[in-house]
Amino acid sequence: MWDQEIRAMASTHAIIAASVFMATVLPAVLVPGFSVYGTHLLWLYLVSGAVTATSVAVFWLLGITPPTKKHTLGYKLSRLFRSCLYFFLSCLFFHTVVVLYGAPLIESALETFSLAVLLSSLTTLRCLCVLGPNVQAWIRVFSRHGAMSVWDTCLQITVACTVVGAWVGAFPIPLDWDRPWQVWPVSCSLGAMFGFLTGLVAAPAWIHYHRKQLTYKCK
Amino acid sequence: MKVRSSVFASFILLFEVIGIALFLRGFFPVPVKSSFSSKSKLSDLPAEPVSGSSPNSSRIPQPLFKRVVIMLVDALREDFVFGPSGRMYMPYTRHLVERGSSHSFVAKARPPTVTMPRIKALTTGSIPGFIDVVMNLNSPALLEDNLIWQAKTAGKRIVFYGDDTWVRLFPKHFMEYDGTTSFFVSDYTEVDNNVTRHLDSTLKRDDWDILILHYLGLDHIGHISGPHSSLVQPKLLEMDDILKKIHSALILKEAEGSLPYLLVLCGDHGMSETGSHGGSSEPEVNTPLVLISPAFKRKVGMEKPQVVEQVDLTSTLALGLGLPISQNNVGHVIPGILEESSLRDQLRFLHLNGHQLSCLLKDSVTDYEKETGYEQFRVAEKAHGSWMKLYLEGNTSEVLTNMGKKVLKQYLEALAAMSSALSRQLGKYDMYSMVAGMILVLQLLLVLLLAMPEALSSAAAVDLPVFSALLSLPFYLLCLLLASVHVLVCTSAESSCYFCSLSWGLVFVAVIFSSALFCIMVSMATRRLPLGAKIHGKTFDYSYQTGLLFYFMFYVLKTSPLRSTGSEWSLSELDLLLLAGTVGHTLSLAASSFVEEEHQTWYFLLSTLCLAVFQDVCRKYFREQSGSGDGDEHLLPSKDCRPSAHPKAEICSEKWLALATPPFILLCCRLLRSLNQTGVQWAHIPDVGHWLNSSEHKTVLSLLAAFCLVLIYLLVQRRCSMVSKVALALGLLGVYSYRAAVGNVLFPWQHSDRTMSKGTVEARFVYVFVLGILFTGTKDLLRSQIITVDAKLKSRGLWEIYSGLVLLVSLLFRAHNLPILCCCLLIQMLMAQFIWKNLHYDAAQTTIMHYWFGQAFFYFQGNSNNIATVDISVGFVGLESYIEAPAIFLTALSTYAGPLLWACHLVCYLSSDTDRSTVAVGHGCYCLALLRSVPAVAYIVLVTSLRYHLFIWSVFSPKLLYESMHLLLTAAMCLFFITMEQSNSSSYTGEHGVFMSHSVNMMLELGS
Repeated sequence: MWDQEIRAMASTHAIIAASVFMATVLPAVLVPGFSVYGTHLLWLYLVSGAVTATSVAVFWLLGITPPTKKHTLGYKLSRLFRSCLYFFLSCLFFHTVVVLYGAPLIESALETFSLAVLLSSLTTLRCLCVLGPNVQAWIRVFSRHGAMSVWDTCLQITVACTVVGAWVGAFPIPLDWDRPWQVWPVSCSLGAMFGFLTGLVAAPAWIHYHRKQLTYKCK
Repeated sequence: MKVRSSVFASFILLFEVIGIALFLRGFFPVPVKSSFSSKSKLSDLPAEPVSGSSPNSSRIPQPLFKRVVIMLVDALREDFVFGPSGRMYMPYTRHLVERGSSHSFVAKARPPTVTMPRIKALTTGSIPGFIDVVMNLNSPALLEDNLIWQAKTAGKRIVFYGDDTWVRLFPKHFMEYDGTTSFFVSDYTEVDNNVTRHLDSTLKRDDWDILILHYLGLDHIGHISGPHSSLVQPKLLEMDDILKKIHSALILKEAEGSLPYLLVLCGDHGMSETGSHGGSSEPEVNTPLVLISPAFKRKVGMEKPQVVEQVDLTSTLALGLGLPISQNNVGHVIPGILEESSLRDQLRFLHLNGHQLSCLLKDSVTDYEKETGYEQFRVAEKAHGSWMKLYLEGNTSEVLTNMGKKVLKQYLEALAAMSSALSRQLGKYDMYSMVAGMILVLQLLLVLLLAMPEALSSAAAVDLPVFSALLSLPFYLLCLLLASVHVLVCTSAESSCYFCSLSWGLVFVAVIFSSALFCIMVSMATRRLPLGAKIHGKTFDYSYQTGLLFYFMFYVLKTSPLRSTGSEWSLSELDLLLLAGTVGHTLSLAASSFVEEEHQTWYFLLSTLCLAVFQDVCRKYFREQSGSGDGDEHLLPSKDCRPSAHPKAEICSEKWLALATPPFILLCCRLLRSLNQTGVQWAHIPDVGHWLNSSEHKTVLSLLAAFCLVLIYLLVQRRCSMVSKVALALGLLGVYSYRAAVGNVLFPWQHSDRTMSKGTVEARFVYVFVLGILFTGTKDLLRSQIITVDAKLKSRGLWEIYSGLVLLVSLLFRAHNLPILCCCLLIQMLMAQFIWKNLHYDAAQTTIMHYWFGQAFFYFQGNSNNIATVDISVGFVGLESYIEAPAIFLTALSTYAGPLLWACHLVCYLSSDTDRSTVAVGHGCYCLALLRSVPAVAYIVLVTSLRYHLFIWSVFSPKLLYESMHLLLTAAMCLFFITMEQSNSSSYTGEHGVFMSHSVNMMLELGS
């Protein structure tokens, strides 16, 4: 059972990582003038879109998403609507946090918001896929010792890696090297991306090596 | 010997201050200065050397030029004129350089390549050392001997238009002037038009001898968009047109028979590829120097311009105008200028320059006779004498001319050698003193680190094995070794060394101290190691350093009472952040950009800290409320100890207030950071402070200031006695009226056309209340500690002292900075009320948070790691004229107001908290000392290893001064901690009296 879940997780992560890879490489081959630095926002939205699409598809197919109690169309629609609302709210939340960290308020609002969208699609979207639009569950998972399944642990690891990656990505901004990747928000979004990819690799590996110690309480 | 940890920490800090002072003395070369305070006079000029006969011919040399126009273009880079695009940028100038009667040179500026030191260099001829910039903070006017003063004394009439730095440096020197401020960097047309508009009328007139123009536009363009922007070409074309205009006007005015004119085009510094300046890269240092005069030979084509020093212009101009060369000049005359005058005059000029340089050399170098330049000069002077003798005898043969040429060559060589010897004197480090200071400081830091487990234990006392160390054999061996090393180094050193010049007694004390420290360190380490190795067996397989680091981290975690309750301990995110932040900040000091933009580091860390605290708060309240996890009760030590009788609504409101606190603080910090833009890269971005200070927003500023003062009163008065409350209210009123008197803010009934005064009366009025509040506070403290042990009285006394400090700071802060003080108090109140107490943070964590906040507030105030941001005007608040001691004290206080206020609050908070263990103050003091000495010591090591770095003078050395000053203030703060430490054991009561008198002394100093 453990091995099966870890294997499923590893393959899911491989698919998501592959989608990120494709979203970067394919346009670079097909679209002339595309580059990660030069047309950064385009890359950013492409990657966000790819990650969103693959995550939703993969998690839906795997059936990780908690089963809905009611099967009426209206309930499903309201869940979908709430998910979209949460996603948008999380974009706003990330935007606010980034501005509080010192990003210009008006000048490069689009860039900041794009970064927020990327962060949301790497973190919030995953929460939505795994936990559904359920704030109580989110709070539970993100408090200490709150994980109740392998997927919860995996979620903790990837989200933490992404956020720390974006945080670390801000370090090179004050350096006076004048490189294209120091432009706001390139380093942060790259940091978040690398953090996310690290998280994708690290989560199954960590769970695999700690599978003996991991015990989960049932509800 | 058992010592309390606060005493131990202060003792270590005090000795670190001494070590750093020694290091600084070795690091900053003493500027080359003539020991005479007077200025060169015409009458002091040496006579023309004639061997044999009496010096009858002390003839004053004829000036070469009648009128001089100096056109200084800020940030004019060498390649703008001489480079391949020069023909496009400045066609007329280029034509003059290639075909006109001109001389062109590449003048090398010395770092720091900033306008003010460059102007000083150009006018005094000396190279302003770094220490000069600091020493001259107090007087804006240039008091050294300089060209402008000499010209004025000689009766020359000087007209100046351009950067008002000149007007400040040379008040009352100019017959006519119009200064433009370089305040708004975004303006690059108006600043230059303000200069050019005077030009037509001035050039028509005949009543001036020297015209100085300083154009700022190009520099501003560089700062905005760099040297390759499209704005550069039109600007340079404009400059070229102006040069053409001046040149043609000068040609028109020129009369037959009179002396010719001289037109000088130069830059004060260049600009880097990004458009900034200050460092020592090639494009920043190389500036063009074009001298145009009909006295020169006509050029026939473009030659590669010769390289000269920027300071060479000073002596050249002085000689060209027939003025004495200023005393501290290290440059030598440019020989090309003299080529058209007679051989006798040429030799005379060179002799004068050589004489001045040799005098300076005698003053600044101890064994000047050994310098090759000095010897060469003596030889040349002798040859000059014999040449003169032959010349006066009427000899006009070929031999004489050849001999004269030879003397000329000898002079030039001697001048070059002396000049380079003098400049070398400026750039030499005194390595021995530096290393001695560094070793001392490193030892102290290691002892401090090794004592950590004891200092943070519940006893808060450190057991120093002093006697066993003093009686051990290695101690004596080390003493002998160090003494012999000292003798060896000092006898073999060829350059002057400060540590060697100290008296033997002092050195001997230092040697004993250092070896004792080493023995103590080793014995403490051996005492600790088995313990550490037992728990952390593996880590000690690595090198000693990593072992130490692990050890350090281990004890930080272990000694926190929070996590040592259970047998297993784990890192909370907050601890991880605090540790990583401290280590990361220390490491970041190795990069010049991170030093320049250090405020970004602190803002970043502070935001992260707020988020981490927010997470802690959320965890506490949400988990507790949901109640589902009884398993995590042991993780959160916050057993809800408040009685259940508490009304539920109160708990609820407290919960929401606690939850709202970190986001609110984040918001405050975000607003504050946009108040003053500091640093280097983003310093030009307009900030709220400028907006508030512009004259059309005076009403807004007045309202803001009034609101802030009211808020400050409300926040501070809660803990004071009645008398202090009244005094505080009156004092804050006084602050407002002081600001109104100075003209920063408005009274609603006051008309804006009132004449501005210095506000001395108002400021003194405030000082009276500050002293009064401090006095009541001290009185309460003394009563609580000596007569009756009363915790309540003591805490009130402490808060009164704190509010006195707040009042003083509110007087010193500029009006637009008052929100910072306000937010500081508000954040302190909120954090103390809802965060530190409710979340049961221990003394170490609280101290680190206070330190971080203090650092961030230091930068919120608008400070940076650049000396230029120190606000010197504070030194004059309430004083009629400049008095050194209070001015320095006030400036230091207002610069370091943020860190000091937070450290003071730490004392008040830790000692007023009665449910906390009594050792909290000791822990806090120890942590503060550690937090300050780790970056300071690491920085010293870094600076020593980076001493040949490109930015050593522009970036690293100012930061070094800031670090040392901060260390000094922290040492003073730690003394304050000692006095406040509660100790219940009676053995310390005797000591208390002594410490109290200490504190009283300190407070009196604070007050005065």
